[in-house]
Amino acid sequence: MQEHHNNETHQISYSTYLLVWVSLLALTSITVTVAGVHLGDYTLFVALMIAAIKSALVINIFMHIKFEDPIFKVFLGISGFTLLVIFSLTFFDYIYR
Amino acid sequence: MSNPTELTHAPHRDDVGARMGMWLFLFTELLLFGGLFLVYAVYRHEYYSQFRVAALELNLSIGALNTVILLTSSLTVALSIGALQKGQKHLSVMLLLITDILALAFMVNKYFEWSTKIHHGIYPGSEHLLNLPDGQILFYGLYYIMTGLHALYIIIGLVFLTIVLGFVITGSVNKDSYVKLENAGLYWHLVDLIWIFLFPLFYLIQ
Repeated sequence: MQEHHNNETHQISYSTYLLVWVSLLALTSITVTVAGVHLGDYTLFVALMIAAIKSALVINIFMHIKFEDPIFKVFLGISGFTLLVIFSLTFFDYIYR
Repeated sequence: MSNPTELTHAPHRDDVGARMGMWLFLFTELLLFGGLFLVYAVYRHEYYSQFRVAALELNLSIGALNTVILLTSSLTVALSIGALQKGQKHLSVMLLLITDILALAFMVNKYFEWSTKIHHGIYPGSEHLLNLPDGQILFYGLYYIMTGLHALYIIIGLVFLTIVLGFVITGSVNKDSYVKLENAGLYWHLVDLIWIFLFPLFYLIQ
């Protein structure tokens, strides 16, 4: 944020919150509907993509990450990357064992 | 260093630091659940067809209902912070009360869901479950551990929110100092985030 007032936060309007909530509900109904369609190998991929979009909405707007100092985003990125590395290494080991 | 708080001779505080502390704690929680999701991923890969069979037993409507409840409670807690920022204390208190009620509703649903499963003889170590193939035993083991731990988080979040609700009512959390409410909200959103992944992974395997 601009002048770095340490104890002030960006205010988000009620309508933005409501819009995010409606999007989250819409994505939930999409994910439930899509689960009934046979997509074979893509089922998990589609479900995880939708979950990722929902998470991004919650993290950015509800959890205010979008309006926090950049360092918050760096930390978030590092922890997400750590999880990715753990998953990749485990599956690399598991699949090529 | 022109910090506006010095002018109002308020005691030293650092809300960004407080929120960062909360975020760092949330990252450790993320890694805890990440480990469980990893176990789930490996076993789902190994026992894909049995996971599908086992998942058919889960009640999709209760899962979907609880998803809607949690998303709505995330909205109400976010709105209550917004209301307090604008100085609308009563609205903020009302929204926090609604959040509490939604959290209780989630637990009531969970109670009915689990008691039906247990009634059908599906619980860790039950005779019925142990006679099923390995993949299904693993599915239900993960189901009880992961949704059970998540339910524990719901209870912790509920207690956390209720304590902060008390602070808002007494006025120690107010328009000018509400980082405690923000941090309780962050914790609650984490609980919501975890459910966003648990729901499709357990209830939506066709």
